[in-house]
Parts: sequence; structure tokens; C-alpha cells
Amino acid sequence: MSKLNLSRRGLLKAGAATGVALGAPLHFVKGAYAQDQMSCNMPTGSDVVFGFNVPQSGPYADEGADELRAYQMAVEILNGEGDASAISSFSGASNLKGNGVLGKKVTYVTGDTQTKSDAARASAQKMIEDGGAIMITGGSSSGVAIAVQSLCQERGVIFMAALTHSNDTTGKDKKRYGFRHFFNAYMSGEALGSVLAEEYGKERTAYHLTADYTWGWTQEESIKNATEKQGWKTAQAVRTPLGAGDFSQYITPVLNSGADVLILNHYGKDMVNSLTQAVQFGLREKQVNGKDFQVVVPLFSELMAQGAGSAIKGILGTANWDWKLDNAGTKAFTQAFGKKYGQPPSQAAQTAFAQTILYADACERAGTFYAPEVIAALEGYEHDGLGNGPTLYRADDHQCFKDVLVVQGKDDPKDKFDLLEIRKIVARDQVTYDPSIFGGDLGPADAKQC
Amino acid sequence: MFGNMTGKDWLLFIGFTIVVLTAPIWLTPLGAAYPALMQKFCIFAIFAIGFNILFGLTGYLSFGHAAFLGVGSYAGVWMFKLFSMNVVISTVFALICSGLFALVIGYISLRRSGIYFSILTLAFAQMMYNVAYSVLTPITNGETGLQLSLSDPRHLDRALGVSESIGLPRTSFFGIDISGGGMPGFYFCAVLLIICFFLSIRIFRSPFGMMLRAIKSNQMRMKYTGFNPKPYLLAAFVISGLYAGLAGALMVATDPLAGAERMQWTASGEVVLMTILGGVGTLVGPVIGATLIKYFENIFSAFNENALNVTFSFLPADIRELIVELASLFVGEGWFLTLGLVFMIVVIFLPGGIMEGVGRIKALFSRKKTQDDAAQGSVVAAE
Amino acid sequence: MDAFLLQLLNGLDKGGAYALIALGLTLVFGTLGVVNFAHGALFMLGAFCAVVFNRLLNIETVTIDETQTTPWGTPMEIREPYVQSMLGDFGAFLVDYSVPISIIIAIPIMLLIGVIMERGLIRHFYNRPHADQILVTFGLAIVIQEIIKHFFGANPIPQGAPDAVNGSANIGAMLGLEGFISYPWWRLIYFLFSLLCIGGVFAFLQFTTYGMVVRAGMRDRETVGLLGIDIEKRFTVVFGIAAVVAGLAGVMYTPILPPDYHMGMDFLVLSFVVVVVGGMGSLAGAVLAGFLLGILQSFASMTEVKSILPGIDQIIIYLVAVAILLILPRGLMGRKGVMED
Repeated sequence: MSKLNLSRRGLLKAGAATGVALGAPLHFVKGAYAQDQMSCNMPTGSDVVFGFNVPQSGPYADEGADELRAYQMAVEILNGEGDASAISSFSGASNLKGNGVLGKKVTYVTGDTQTKSDAARASAQKMIEDGGAIMITGGSSSGVAIAVQSLCQERGVIFMAALTHSNDTTGKDKKRYGFRHFFNAYMSGEALGSVLAEEYGKERTAYHLTADYTWGWTQEESIKNATEKQGWKTAQAVRTPLGAGDFSQYITPVLNSGADVLILNHYGKDMVNSLTQAVQFGLREKQVNGKDFQVVVPLFSELMAQGAGSAIKGILGTANWDWKLDNAGTKAFTQAFGKKYGQPPSQAAQTAFAQTILYADACERAGTFYAPEVIAALEGYEHDGLGNGPTLYRADDHQCFKDVLVVQGKDDPKDKFDLLEIRKIVARDQVTYDPSIFGGDLGPADAKQC
Repeated sequence: MFGNMTGKDWLLFIGFTIVVLTAPIWLTPLGAAYPALMQKFCIFAIFAIGFNILFGLTGYLSFGHAAFLGVGSYAGVWMFKLFSMNVVISTVFALICSGLFALVIGYISLRRSGIYFSILTLAFAQMMYNVAYSVLTPITNGETGLQLSLSDPRHLDRALGVSESIGLPRTSFFGIDISGGGMPGFYFCAVLLIICFFLSIRIFRSPFGMMLRAIKSNQMRMKYTGFNPKPYLLAAFVISGLYAGLAGALMVATDPLAGAERMQWTASGEVVLMTILGGVGTLVGPVIGATLIKYFENIFSAFNENALNVTFSFLPADIRELIVELASLFVGEGWFLTLGLVFMIVVIFLPGGIMEGVGRIKALFSRKKTQDDAAQGSVVAAE
Repeated sequence: MDAFLLQLLNGLDKGGAYALIALGLTLVFGTLGVVNFAHGALFMLGAFCAVVFNRLLNIETVTIDETQTTPWGTPMEIREPYVQSMLGDFGAFLVDYSVPISIIIAIPIMLLIGVIMERGLIRHFYNRPHADQILVTFGLAIVIQEIIKHFFGANPIPQGAPDAVNGSANIGAMLGLEGFISYPWWRLIYFLFSLLCIGGVFAFLQFTTYGMVVRAGMRDRETVGLLGIDIEKRFTVVFGIAAVVAGLAGVMYTPILPPDYHMGMDFLVLSFVVVVVGGMGSLAGAVLAGFLLGILQSFASMTEVKSILPGIDQIIIYLVAVAILLILPRGLMGRKGVMED
């Protein structure tokens, strides 16, 4: 059998989970339940609605599709219809009995963020007002995550932010109703800093190319601080416009700057393009100051590694999670996901999966869907077995603390899922920081009638 | 400056008012009767009506109108942050700012016509977007978007001793919450839409409107007869800029966050598409175009296979699977494809946009009284 | 000096791409009077010709081995490259040179797409307002783009340049300059290729009778029609040529910019700015403006410039467009009366 690799991308396979509650009834019932323990969209029937707000169009549509696969899988497990082995080693597994959440069957609504703040907020509003969602999760960029998080705070709906790496999400823009499972730029810097010094020595001069918007700036700052702590110098930090496409005019000055490391603070298509072009310009074959020139990409994703092709080989970066991790939670999840969809999960999928499970677990532990109590159950929650090792949802800033992976592009990948190899697992306490360094204010956890 | 409105115009206006105010009822079976989407319908309708005053009457195709919407949004949020959560103050300030920007950009861009004008407006809007996204972050908060925070000064509210809730305050119209997803937000937008629509009828019927149409049909002849079309064009440009600014102000009044993306060229393109889709130069066309595109964006994109299975659950399993498979090409992640196809079909078969289609149906049934709803019927009568 | 030279090269390279896209756009506009918003989609389709060719070369035989499982729990698939093992060394050569070779398949495919587009759709819009043309071609662009996304995903797909030209050329030595100035071979090739394409189009229009008729048609369509020349048929060919030029620009650009479904849209606005700055309907103007804007963009990105004017690289193209249009009413080389109503 020979086949063209043009296969239709795996869509959501219809699960047994039934419908979307088109929330009309909720509007009428609300008044009747106006008691102290009501928060926005508390379920009154036999169903509870989750909102999965992911990019379905735009540059991150593939990440969004993978997130949706994971959400779907989590819902089936919660409803007792899926392969529950995926959460077999989760420390809170006993709370989840496969009868939905608190006995209510989980249904969901989906929406398209388009990776634009306005569209993402519009979609989240639809979920809250029309879909009756009690929790919203998903996302693909920090701008979107922060915008949706602040909406959720206003409306009193819990937001489990998925792909967002900016320090601001749980720093200056943190919100009581928002929780982040993903790591952030600061943690990338701390994890990468020591490995870079081990690999490339302490006498290095770095040149930064930085995407000219908030996320790029926070990452540049974090990596700069971390590398300078190791004794590196920074030659220059140049801002590049988002979506520049051709980065040649920013790459050519690098060689004559005296720098011997190029750090690309780009993500998505920008990262694919700038890395491909930097390698094409022969930077990695150059010798500067008697040392081999190196390129570093602080934030990696598997899908972007696929886009960059062979340019990714040997490049160091960090990741939140990888399916090749050697722990029971990862193995169980990867096996279940692979059996269902025929491919290993990306870190986006793992984040999405863990967040849905953790939210359900928090509701079970709180014994209610009442948002302030669910928040209290998530705050300071220490758990294990979802693949990231021992994990803490810190109460002070709602940032998740767990091990951070330093990964490297593989020289000889077996297939397109095998592009990155784990170089080092940086322990959680090495990347833990004082929550006050980024400022911000979580705000109150008062329940809202939406 | 305003001409007389005919009886038919009044009929159209009254019909329009009724349709807008009863939207929560007739949108319910369409699944669109929730405040956030109905607010978007009104806001983008205002945007498109304003755009139509420039494009529909003068034929000058601006590709940068989203910039004024963005200016209105930023101005609005800054008013919330600095002075008061009252939407009247923010809206007035947004109108002033967007009007000033429209005056300057219009003055420069209108020195050229045709596609050169389009590219000039596009260039200004793209510059504003790029700068707002990066260099001007201290003012615009860049990628994240400008939002309210607990530590905002809100001088006027504090001075007047407006009672503070825990958490972020909501925008209000003298005590009535506008943001936060309630129906007052919709009615606030709806009333402004009705006012804007009324003004647009008045402009269309006024000597000023006639002048703009004359510019469209033959600018040369205008010049030879001793008229200087520039001031008229500039006035039309500023008016449509004000409409865009108002739309921007309403966006932040109902949902106080202003992001740079709403100034991008795709956003400017969207309003062009709305207007053409509905019917350029017609009174109601832009409103229909705006509603349709926003409906697609929000309803079609939210379908997933799960929902499709429920929709088609009455069918036997095999047929259902096939239909769901086919339908999922066009909804959810495929909603963009549907939008593209709709553009093509409408333009190929209905060059005058949806309003032409309505007109043709009307002509078809002109003898018999049809069940067309009052608004649509009278629209055709008016145009 | 080195920095200056390198930025000049960057600008020429960028300008080559801009000029090629703008050339086709202007050709269609100048002859057919159609504003084609789907032109960016043609550029993207060209790039995907290279992707498809590469995929065809990499067809694999897949045997499912039930006894082994992958680390993610599915039965192991053993993949054998089919074409390559069948063709041996020649197969390896094909794979290595897949990008330049796919030009051969891209030309007929793009020509066919162009002809179908013109016959099936564009033809019916010759006498419609520009606004209708914009909307219908924009709709078409979205449809093409979404179909590509459906089959290839949203993620960029890497395409390598041939190994022999994957490295950098030491142009410092070539030009007899001191110091080591290197520049990627592929980018130099792209620049030369763009000159070749531009030269080809101009030669076709200038030195063939066919081209002469087309040029005459650009000037005065009615008269040419009255002379009994089937101008419609020639227009179909012109559209086909424009599609081929855009497609080839896309094919050769893939090693520089890994293609994705959205790359056409990314270039669309820019190419319109180039066309307008050059002057509507002027082929020479489009080429000139393409290179001019490419070079200006490169120089505006230099840190020396950015430190004086922060963010200038973000807006330079638009700033120049505004300045030129205000000083020269019809762009660099535009004719009077074209697209001004």
C-alpha cells in the first residue's frame, strides 16, 4: 500500500458525548436560583458546559486542532466513555469517577479565537452568554490569553489558559479567575541559562532578535537576565516586526557585531522563518571569537520544529512537556492519545488535557461548581501524575510550577514526531521565583451573576 | 443641509427601528439572541453605514477605515481609565479623536483619487496599526490590548464619589451597566444605531448627499461648473470617520478592551466586504452585510462535529456520518471557506449585493403582496 | 561598507520577489483592467507546486507491522521511500533538486490554473466595477487558501535548497573586496532568477507580435478589437502568463520562506502598494518600485537607522508610498486616467 501524505487532518471524531446546550433555558432559570452560592453559569440541569476556545483559523490552527483533540479526550474520560488509563497515575484520579463532574455530564462548546484578541473575546462571550459555559480554556498566544482572562474575571467564569508563555499572564496581568498550566519566559530563561553556560561556556556574547511586541520583550528580558547571570555579554537586542517574513536584513548585521550566539525570541511562523534563514546565511558554520557560532530558540514547539525542517537540528530551547518524557503520567497519556488519534500529543494537547482534568478535579474536591470555592481548591494545589512530575498551582499568582525541559533539535529524527530530544530536565525549585517580581494584582474572587 | 424625507423614508425608518428593537425576539430561533453578538451586529452596522456614506455616495474606496475605529476604541478606554466609567464621556471623546484623525488623513488622502486614494488610506491605517502594536505600546499596550485596571485613577468618578464595587467597575450609562453582557448594552448600541441610520437617511436625501452623488458620477463636470468638490468630499470622509469612531467607542463601552488588531487592513477590508455584500449605496444594505458576516463569524465557527451530530440526529447513522463529514468542511475550522464561497456567489449572481437580490424577489412578486417582512419590503421601496 | 553591501543585497533579493509579484498583478491590471486580489493566492499555489512535487518524490510504501508498536501505542508503520528506491541515484538527485525541478511542473500547472480562472471567472468581470472584481477575487483567494489549508494544514512546510547551493558564497572575494563577506547562494540565485523572469516577460511583450498585440490592447482595447483581432483569447494567455510568473516566484521562494497556506495573503497588501507606487498599469514602474521598496526596507532595518527613528522599519514601505503618491500623483511611472475614477 502506498499513500500520498495528503491525508485529511484528523478532525474531531464524533464522540458519544451528546449535545451542546444552547443555553436558552438557563436565562429563565437563573432568577429562581438567586441564592448565595450561585456564580456565573452554575449548572442547573443534568449537564455542565465547558468552553473550548482555540484557534481554528489563522497560523496556529494546527495547534488548535491538537488542543481540541485533547479536550475531547478529557471530556470522554470525565464522562466515563473514554480510555480512563490516561489519568491512571494522576494523584487526584480517585476523585474522578467517570460519571461526569459532580454527577453532571460534561458537554462542551467550541469557538475560534483566530489568534486575535477581539475574535477570542467575542467567542468567549458567546460561550458565556449563549453556551452557558462555566469554564473556558484554550488559546494560542499571550495577547489572546490575557484578553480572554480579563473577560473571564469580569464575568466570573474560570479561565484555564493554555498556550501562553508571556510573564504577564500570571504577572502584571494576572487575574483571580485565571490559571496557567504552561511555563513562562522567566522559567525558560532560568532553565536555559545554566544549560547554555554548560554547553557553550561562560565567555559568550549574545545577539537577540526579538519579535516587537509584549511577549517578545518579556522573553528577551528574561533570557538576557538569565544569560548575563552566567557571565554572558549582550551585544545587541534588535526588534523585528511581527510577521516580517524575510528576516535577512536583521540577520546580516549579526556576523559583524562581535556576537557568537544568536538568540531568536520569535514564535510560530516568525520563528520558523528567522531560524530557517539564519541557518541559510551560514551562521552556524561560522567561527567568531574562536568559537563556533550558535543559534538558540528559547521557546520550542513540536509543530514549529516541523515547519523549520532540518534547520532545527542541534538547536537548544525549552519546552513545557514532551511525549518522550520518562514518567508514568506521560506514558499513560501518550498511549491513550496515540491509540485514539494515531499520533503522539503535542505539548499544546498535554496542557489542554491537564487543565480540563484539573478543573474537574477541583470541582469534585470543592464539592461544588461555585466559582470562588473552585478557585480556592485550585489555589496552592499540589498534584502529580499528569506527566509534568510534581506540580504546584501557586496561590499567589496562579502560575503553575513544575519541571522545565531543555530540548534540542535531533540530528537524526526517526519520524516527524521525533524532532526534539530532551537534553535536561530542570528541577522545579530551580525555576521557582518570587511572585512579587512581576507585580500585578489578582483581584477579588467574588461570585458574579452573569 | 438636510432635505425633506418622504413618506416612504419615514416608513423605512420606522420599520428599521422596529426590526432592530425586536432583534432579541426574532434572533432567538437563529441562535444569535445573546447580548454580545447583538451588540456586535449594531456596532458593525454603524461602522458599515458610515463607510457607505463615503463609499456608497462618493465612490471613494477607503481601505483604512478601521484605523478610526481603533482610535475611537483607544480614546474610549483612556477616558474610562482616567476620568469616568460613564459611556457618554468616553463616546464623546472618541468622536472628537476619530474626527480629528479623519480630518488630517482625509485632507491628505483626498488629494488623490481612485486606487491612489485607496492605497493612501491603506498606508495610513497600516502605519497606525504597526506603530500601535509595537512602538506605541506605552499608550496602546500593544499586543495585549489596552484594558482597565484596579489602580486606574478614574478622577471624575472618585471626585463624585461613585460607589465602587469590588473588582473592576463596569461601564455605565448614568448608573445602568453597559458592559458585563447585559441587555442594556444592546439597547444602548441599538438606539445609537437607529440614530445613525436616521442621520444616514437624512444625508442621503439632502442636497449634500446629492452633491456627493454628483461627484461620484462626474467630478470633472462638477469642477467645470465652478464647484469645488474637495470640501464636500472631506466632509463625507470625516462623517464616515466619525461613524467608525463611534463604532470603536461602542466596542469598548460594551467590552472595555482595545486591541491593535482592529486597525489592521483585514479589519478595514471587512467593512468593505460588509458594504458590498449588503449593497453599496443602499440604505439598509450595509446593515444586512454587517449582520451577515458577524453571524457567520460567530455562529458558523462555533459548530463542531458534536453539534452537527446532534443537529442531524434524526437521520440514520450512515447518512448522518456522511452529512456530518461534509458539513464539517464548512463549519468550525472551515467557516472561512463558507465565507469565501458566499462572497463569490453573491458577487457573481447579485452584483448589487443582497439588496439587489431582495429587489429581484420583490419585482418577481410585485403584483402579489408577499410575506416579506415590512422592513425589507420598504427598503426596496425607498431605494 | 560591508554592512552596506549586504543590506543592498538583501534589498535586491526582497525586491526581486516584490517585483515578480507586482509584475503579474500589473500585467493583469494593465491589459484586462481587473484588480486581482487572488494574485497572492497564485503566488502561494506556485509554492505549493514545489511542496506537492516534493511529496510525490517522497511517496512511501507503508507496511503495518502489528507485532511492533510505536511509543504512542499504535501499530508500527514501516515506511520505505518508493520513488527514490526505484530510481536509485537519479531519485536522490530529484529529491535534492526538487525545488528547481518543480519549476517544470509548475509552469503547466500555473498556466492551466490561470486559464481556468480567467475563462471561468475573471472574464465575466471585465465590465464590472472594480469593487466587484475585488470582492470576487478576494472570495476566490479565501476559497483557494482554505482548500490548501484543508489538505496541508496551517503549519509551514520546509523545502530545502539543493545541497550544492545550500551554503553561502564568498562574494567578498568575488568582488575583490577585503574581508569575508558571504551571502547565501540561493538568495543570489533568486535575485538572478527574478531578473530572468522580468526580462522574459518584457522580451515577450516587446519582441513578439503576440506581445505587440497585447501591448496595443493595453493602450486601446476597443481599436484592437475593431481591427478584427481576437483580443479575448490573448487576454486569456496574458492572465496565464501572470499566473505563471507569480507561481514561479512562489516556487523559488520556498527555500527562503517555508510555504504555508497564508503566504499569499501576507504578500497581497504589499504587492498592491508596490504596484501603486510604480504607477497603475506600468510594468516598468512595478519592477522599479519593487526593487526600490525592497532596498529601502532593508536599509530602514539597520540598527543605526532604527536607533534614530525607532520603529521605522515597520512603516517605511507605507511612508514611502504616501510620500511618492503625494509628490508624483500617479506613482513613479503611471499613466494618466488609469484607475482614477
